[in-house]
Amino acid sequence: MAEGIKDKVAIIGMGCTRFGERFDAGPQDLMVEAFVECMEDAGIEKKDIQAAWWGVHMPDISVGRGATVLGTTLKLPFIPITRVENYCATGSEALRGAVYAVASGAYDICLALGMEKLKDTGYGGLPLAGGMGYKSPLYSVNRTAPGEFAMMATKYFSQYNISPQDGKLMLAKVSAKSHKNGAINPKAHLRKEVTVEQIINAPIIAWPLGLFDCCGVSDGAAAAIVCRADMAKSFRPDPVYVKALQIAVSSGEEVLYTKWDGSHVEAAYRAGIAAYKEAGIKNPREEVSMAEVHDCFSITEAVTMEDLQFSPRGRVKEDIEAGRFNADGPQPIQIDGGLKCFGHPIGASGLRMMYEMYKQLQGKAGNRQLKNPKIGLTHNMGGFPSVNIVSVCIVGN
Amino acid sequence: MVGIVSYGAHIPRFRMDRNIMQLALLFLGLAPLRGEKAVANWDEDSITMAVAAAKDCLGGQESIHVDGLYFATTSPTYSLRQNAGIIAAALDIGSATRTMDFTDSAKAGTSALLSAADAIEAGSCNCCLVSASDCRVSKVGSSIDYIYGDGAAAFLVGKEDIIASLDGSFSTTHDFVDRRRLEGERLEHIWEERFIREEGYMKLIPEAVEGLIKKYALNIKDFSKVLYACSFPPVHSALAKILGLNPEQVQDPLLMTVGDTGAAHPLMMLVAALEEARPGDRIMVISFGQGCDAFYLTVTENISRIKDKKGVKRNLTNKAPLGSYEKYLAFRKLMPVEVGIRGEEMIFTSFSIVSRDNRELYGMVGSRCIKCGTPCWPAQRICPNPDCGAIDKMEPYRFANKTGRIFTYTSDFLAPSIDPPASYGFIDFEGGGRAGLDFTDCDANSLKVGMPVELSFRIKYSDEKRAAVNYGWKAVPIVS
Repeated sequence: MAEGIKDKVAIIGMGCTRFGERFDAGPQDLMVEAFVECMEDAGIEKKDIQAAWWGVHMPDISVGRGATVLGTTLKLPFIPITRVENYCATGSEALRGAVYAVASGAYDICLALGMEKLKDTGYGGLPLAGGMGYKSPLYSVNRTAPGEFAMMATKYFSQYNISPQDGKLMLAKVSAKSHKNGAINPKAHLRKEVTVEQIINAPIIAWPLGLFDCCGVSDGAAAAIVCRADMAKSFRPDPVYVKALQIAVSSGEEVLYTKWDGSHVEAAYRAGIAAYKEAGIKNPREEVSMAEVHDCFSITEAVTMEDLQFSPRGRVKEDIEAGRFNADGPQPIQIDGGLKCFGHPIGASGLRMMYEMYKQLQGKAGNRQLKNPKIGLTHNMGGFPSVNIVSVCIVGN
Repeated sequence: MVGIVSYGAHIPRFRMDRNIMQLALLFLGLAPLRGEKAVANWDEDSITMAVAAAKDCLGGQESIHVDGLYFATTSPTYSLRQNAGIIAAALDIGSATRTMDFTDSAKAGTSALLSAADAIEAGSCNCCLVSASDCRVSKVGSSIDYIYGDGAAAFLVGKEDIIASLDGSFSTTHDFVDRRRLEGERLEHIWEERFIREEGYMKLIPEAVEGLIKKYALNIKDFSKVLYACSFPPVHSALAKILGLNPEQVQDPLLMTVGDTGAAHPLMMLVAALEEARPGDRIMVISFGQGCDAFYLTVTENISRIKDKKGVKRNLTNKAPLGSYEKYLAFRKLMPVEVGIRGEEMIFTSFSIVSRDNRELYGMVGSRCIKCGTPCWPAQRICPNPDCGAIDKMEPYRFANKTGRIFTYTSDFLAPSIDPPASYGFIDFEGGGRAGLDFTDCDANSLKVGMPVELSFRIKYSDEKRAAVNYGWKAVPIVS
């Protein structure tokens, strides 16, 4: 009988670079920066790492494929390294590999490192990954990530009878909150508060989403050291334990079958249910102290609140208006600024989310520190609302 | 008896007021004519317009087995890879079809029609689709830049249920050098207009008309409509007098509303004439291009059967102004345009995929589950219905003729486009199935969830490095 992952693995060290337009740093610089902080935090030596998982989503624009770049950059001594890639959930996939390897009993200590170097493309927004390979130009629409998520906003507004004006106002409040949080985070990419008016009046990127509805496109890396839960306290007094680590992937029925309503992410809902079951959480709205969710766009965060059952279906607007997810609200979301302001170097993002949950649970989040959080959740989504991969990870003391 | 079974036409939605051209081009001199011309959208070319006219022509008669497809144009997209073959793929008419491109002369459209009639007469073809289309580019500010417009006309030629019998023809050839373009050139050269008028139109069209009348012992007065190709309005009027036509016999040459559409021009006029025709009417058609084709038809009782065609009439009223000459230059790639570094990203075209997936990509043929009836595009091996999941129980299912409704949409300013924003969305099809598609011929601000759409075959992208223009079906809001 499968037991799940709860309390079998602990995180004992993490590192995260400053995210941003790191024209100063190459991909290897970012990897080393995250690794050095992570190792110092864990207080272990390189020889203690028995295996590593390496996440990069678009290696063809930075370091190439395979796992060799992690070994040769960090000078890891001929240990097993696996490169993983799962769209924007790549960072969480790397962590999942390391955590499951330890839980299997094969290793005591493993490394997960995710990195993305996006700002060498010469243009804004993400390069399109060509989801269908050589078939992409033949079959795909001339689309971008903002457009794909904008369609969820269009549908959400239509389904719940929200006028475009009210809808944009709702989304603006999501972004304004994250900008406020990100402004005080020294590692964040976008460190400026913006008003709801500025957000609403910003240029449209893909209707109805404007500039401030979109997250930063950033360079960065993040890393974690995980070990057997029973040995974690020998490294530090405040390890963080993995309570659940779930991932759900689209079956294709969202687009190919016509039952999907277009205003939620089915895999997020399913991954949430699986993770709550694994962690033993009965009431996510009450029990999850804080979360870092995949707010690639304001609408994604709004809908995710419903998919993760923090808000009732179709009613996140009320919670947003009540300030529920603000830093001083009952369930703070994106306390580090989120993808919106901390930034989104794809392969690193899942680990960056975990970095904040880890620091918050240890009480080491500085001027962002929440009061006594118990359970943290990361929600890391890859793909588009119509076809995607969603990882939900729950951690606690 | 051989004749026309059905007709269809396409006029691109954009029209440019020639005064707008005049404003941009005044430094070069005065416009040779006023009115407006039809301008193909950036994702249209001679192939896509021919498909649109053919779709209009075949509408409601998809069950007819077409075993010939002749395409006529002077602006072929490919000079190696048969353009008619791409049109046949888009129409999904099957492989047992004779296809041919007629080109190099503005009389190519009428020559294709006459050849189709001959093939049917000879018994080598049963039902032949002829589609003529032109999307020509010319030097900025030239007289033909003003005169030429874009458009297409299509006819189904056969023996049964004909709406007009094709009763006789007379063709001439003259190496009369008015316009020319060498292999590899994009822009046309044109000789002096006075020469074209005096030695071309004024002599060659009367010669063809006289030839036809003499051959079949006809009288010009017997014709309810006479339509003849001509680029210049004053010459067109002068010809009516020379031919001895009453004003009501003269078919409007569409020069002030569409422009001279080359190989499609006489056939578009024929569509317009048939739209107004009554049983028993006689129509004479004369094309012009290094000689002439002249032929005449007699309209039958079946003409009343033709309904719900866009034809020329409805296409003329479905229009949107193209308010900028510069935009026209960008559409036709006559001016380099910044589409951003994102837009410079390399596209790779794999022709083995284009060939393998041809019916799916060009014919928009997906699959339908025999067990539960779920239609899908692209085609699936395993049914996506979670309560079904049948494996390899699929039949081909074509979406190209289906209408649908917008499930959701966006208008995207980040996606590289010559005409931003790029609008796209998901369509829920009548009869089932959902697909993500580009939108075209639409005003971004008018889009709504639930809006009805139809599909149109369009250019998806060009990959000059690999000599590829690729096509696919896009959604177009239905204009009531």
